[in-house]
Amino acid sequence: MAEERKLRILVAKPGLDGHDRGAKVVARSLRDAGMEVIYTGLHQTPEMIVNTAVQEDVDAVGLSIMSGAHNVLMPAVVKGLEDKGAQDIAVFGGGIIPDDDIADLKNKGVKALFTPGTSTEDIIAWVRANVKPK
Amino acid sequence: MKLEIDKLLARDVRSGARLLRWIDDGVAEARAVLKVIWQHTGRARVIGITGNPGAGKSTLTDQLIGRFRERGLSVAVVAVDPSSPFSGGAILGDRIRMQEHANDEGVFIRSFATRGHLGGLTHTTTDVVHALDAMGWEVILVETVGVGQDEVEVQRLAQTTLVVLTPGMGDEVQAIKAGILEIADVFVVNKADREGADRTVRELEQMLEMGKGGRPSLGELMHHGGLKASDLEQADRASPDEWVPEIVKTVASRNEGIDELVAAIDAHAEVYAKACQAPEFIRARLRQEFLEIYRRALFARGWSYLMHEDHLQQIVDRMLDRSSDPYTLAEQAVRALGSR
Repeated sequence: MAEERKLRILVAKPGLDGHDRGAKVVARSLRDAGMEVIYTGLHQTPEMIVNTAVQEDVDAVGLSIMSGAHNVLMPAVVKGLEDKGAQDIAVFGGGIIPDDDIADLKNKGVKALFTPGTSTEDIIAWVRANVKPK
Repeated sequence: MKLEIDKLLARDVRSGARLLRWIDDGVAEARAVLKVIWQHTGRARVIGITGNPGAGKSTLTDQLIGRFRERGLSVAVVAVDPSSPFSGGAILGDRIRMQEHANDEGVFIRSFATRGHLGGLTHTTTDVVHALDAMGWEVILVETVGVGQDEVEVQRLAQTTLVVLTPGMGDEVQAIKAGILEIADVFVVNKADREGADRTVRELEQMLEMGKGGRPSLGELMHHGGLKASDLEQADRASPDEWVPEIVKTVASRNEGIDELVAAIDAHAEVYAKACQAPEFIRARLRQEFLEIYRRALFARGWSYLMHEDHLQQIVDRMLDRSSDPYTLAEQAVRALGSR
């Protein structure tokens, strides 16, 4: 059968906050851009997200965090993927993230961060430019 | 990443996940791996779960994972959701209901999008199940899309097929009996705390008494699949002849009726295992398996011809100027395949 590569993206909500509207909007936008989006639902631990990403063999993980715990949760997912030898899975994030935290998160391996007001087109464009099917 | 067969067969999750990706995407390396690992297939218990949208398939799957894990069996789940016909993208959300098993190393859950395939599965679900089987997953649960009544494919793949219904369908049970109801080894009336559950059970019982339920013969299936298979139309049955479908009431969200469901699945597995002692039964299953792979190989061959040197365009040109007809052109294209 002819080869047909599709981007697979995991959209996950780590931590305790229950605000998943942003995550769902991003998931739908990525779907409408032709990607396959796996959505985990709320209240995922970093370990659950890492295991899901590896089992689903996604190309990237998008984390949505509104609780303020991004400095802990996002690097935990990056580290967890590394520990499983899955550092080829890109991690990006979105949510209420102060500008001061962004440089630090990027240093810790989060590839891109999208704060409130970002258009979904910008996120799609970033994914297309930076993520390739495995 | 290069796939090592040893790691795959030792159930290395990362290798397995990558193989499934390559299978799904039609990457050529996948077929080479499948050829090697096929010898290791045929060990897993494959259970299909189909039924209407919202019937509770994912929640039931979640409960079944738990029960098989309690027995110490490893469980892989193949969950299929539809692709958007417009964008080609998909949101795969079946595993939301199964995430409590995310950190259990004895559970592997994988979501797939249909990518335009009808019939409740994807083009490659057979290969996916082979891969998981060879990797040594002991139970494989295959959850279909659940959009229509023609999701008969899963029963060719599964040893035991569950059809999940909900109360309140009333006379509709009769109306749709020609659809997915024919493939059931076990009927699950889920959400049985709702009004009308007993009536749904009665309707199913009546249907079974009339001999209208349960799996059709393999010959019939091949016919529906568009293949003429007169030589296969003897008594080959995809399910053992002596099995009468069971009906089980469940409330999956409250964990009710699951023990009874597992007992019904086990009872079917026992009859199935007995049937497997008859060489003809095994031959029928292998024949189905081969025919599906053969059909895909034929299509791939034909497709590559059409895509080669503008063949398809030339054909359309001849239809456009009416110098030939599509029937003749199709015959010519097929003949050309043989001479290449």
